[in-house]
Amino acid sequence: MYEKILEKPRSFYDNYPRKDGDITVTHYCPGCGHGIAHKMIAEALSDLNLAERTILISPVGCSVFAYYYFDVGNIQAAHGRAPAVATGVKRANPDSIVISYQGDGDLAAIGGDEIMQAANRGEQITVFFINNAIYGMTGGQMAPTTLVEQKTTTSPYGRNPHNEGFPIRVCELLSSLEAPVYIERVSLHNSAARAKARKAIRKALQVQADRKGFSLVEILSGCPTGWKVKQPSDSLDWIEKYMLPYFPVGVFKDNTEKAEPFRYIENVPPKSELPKLIDIPMEDKVVQASMADLPGPYRNPRIKIAGFGGQGVLSLGVAIAQLGLMQGYDVSWLPSYGPEMRGGTAHCHVMVSEHIIGSPLVTASTVCVAMNKPSLEKFEKELVPGGLLITNTSMIDIEPTRKDVEWLPIPATEMASELGNIRFGNMVVLGAYLQKTGLVPLKVAFDGLHIFLKAKRFIPDNEKAIQVGADYVSKKLAGK
Amino acid sequence: MTEEKIDRGKIEIDVDECKGCGLCIVACPVSVIEFSRDIINKQGYHPAQYKGSGCIGCGNCFYTCPEPGAITVYRLAKKQS
Repeated sequence: MYEKILEKPRSFYDNYPRKDGDITVTHYCPGCGHGIAHKMIAEALSDLNLAERTILISPVGCSVFAYYYFDVGNIQAAHGRAPAVATGVKRANPDSIVISYQGDGDLAAIGGDEIMQAANRGEQITVFFINNAIYGMTGGQMAPTTLVEQKTTTSPYGRNPHNEGFPIRVCELLSSLEAPVYIERVSLHNSAARAKARKAIRKALQVQADRKGFSLVEILSGCPTGWKVKQPSDSLDWIEKYMLPYFPVGVFKDNTEKAEPFRYIENVPPKSELPKLIDIPMEDKVVQASMADLPGPYRNPRIKIAGFGGQGVLSLGVAIAQLGLMQGYDVSWLPSYGPEMRGGTAHCHVMVSEHIIGSPLVTASTVCVAMNKPSLEKFEKELVPGGLLITNTSMIDIEPTRKDVEWLPIPATEMASELGNIRFGNMVVLGAYLQKTGLVPLKVAFDGLHIFLKAKRFIPDNEKAIQVGADYVSKKLAGK
Repeated sequence: MTEEKIDRGKIEIDVDECKGCGLCIVACPVSVIEFSRDIINKQGYHPAQYKGSGCIGCGNCFYTCPEPGAITVYRLAKKQS
């Protein structure tokens, strides 16, 4: 009778639904070292019983898709930033096992300082560093670890140290730091080396499970495609012949015996006290004003304001947020604009709330201000039923398609023009909006001008614009 | 007892998960894995296949195979005394 002794580790997903369909194979090239390292890590996570509390940070590079394979918590970080993300994840969840999985382009080039600082802080994370001396995903360019004389697409005559410097030995560099607890370089080039690699991976994870400190395993790994070897198995010889002489395997630092299990400092203030310590009023906040008297749809508005750059859509947002602030509400203002100062399109998200605002992003808006036609077409569909739609009819010659919202058309640009400057159009809209909804008394708006308006000489004109907008609405309401 | 020699191990290779890289063929200390010449799998590779006998159940092929589920290794259960 035969018994199964080695099979796909449980810490892998059964299949990897990617693109179209269920895929049971990885996206890696035949013979890729990533797959081998993945298998060793997955096996270790299962055997050490850590998978349930593991969060794996995938990098940018070939292994960007690690989250398709590992059945653990997954986050994909920006290029080179995996150690920084891992730092945050680990500190927020001290009981989790946090792995930063990175290639040499990611870790040693753009993320060179991230890894250095994380190691120097002695973050309680485990880093698996796949070194294959090349940028694989982008098509075989020179990496910081590319060997001297190695030909790549960006070093077609071979890496020349006079031009490109020498390959970086990451383990040697990091082991000179005080904080790291365990640093080892292993290789995948033959069975004996792979046995050591398995052991090192387990040890690094155990170091973290024991709260001993920062651990890193560099894995010399084959890239049959990037190295352009004749057949994938030749990559193993390549590691042995070219990489091992420059990147010797071995333990570079091991303080696991001496290191005391890390204890998070106990005099950390409780979360409830934090806002006070950094001067954010919470419980003791006094809301001077209340929205209780406003009609339901006007309360706690989530506002989207959009138009051409130069129409004052961003400053209208700032104005509304500022007025809300003056009334004691919680507010947020999130601008979104292109690189142009004038022209182009811009919009902003504004929230004014009696409650704490969780996210400044306005997706289902209760108020939409469209200063031009493209804005109306783009944003009216985001309005909730019963929401308020304000359109600048001077610039919009179509009617809204939404019939389930309250529509307030106002020829703001023309009205501003009559006041002498079309750029007051946004304040005309502000006046109209405040008069319509009663969110903030006009008096507060006039006071607010002194705060949010930078060019003080325009205060009287802007006051006039607000009043004109408000009067327009009052007349309209009376006329009905 | 029969004189027939029973292998210590055996392996199964999933035809469609194998990418035909050949790392297992190089890693096998008893050379019992080969490329299949007449099979082209779903991915378009000639997958590796077990020659059918001689496996010692060492697991070297498993740890060199980059695909999570392509190779499964079995070992002869110890006889109960």
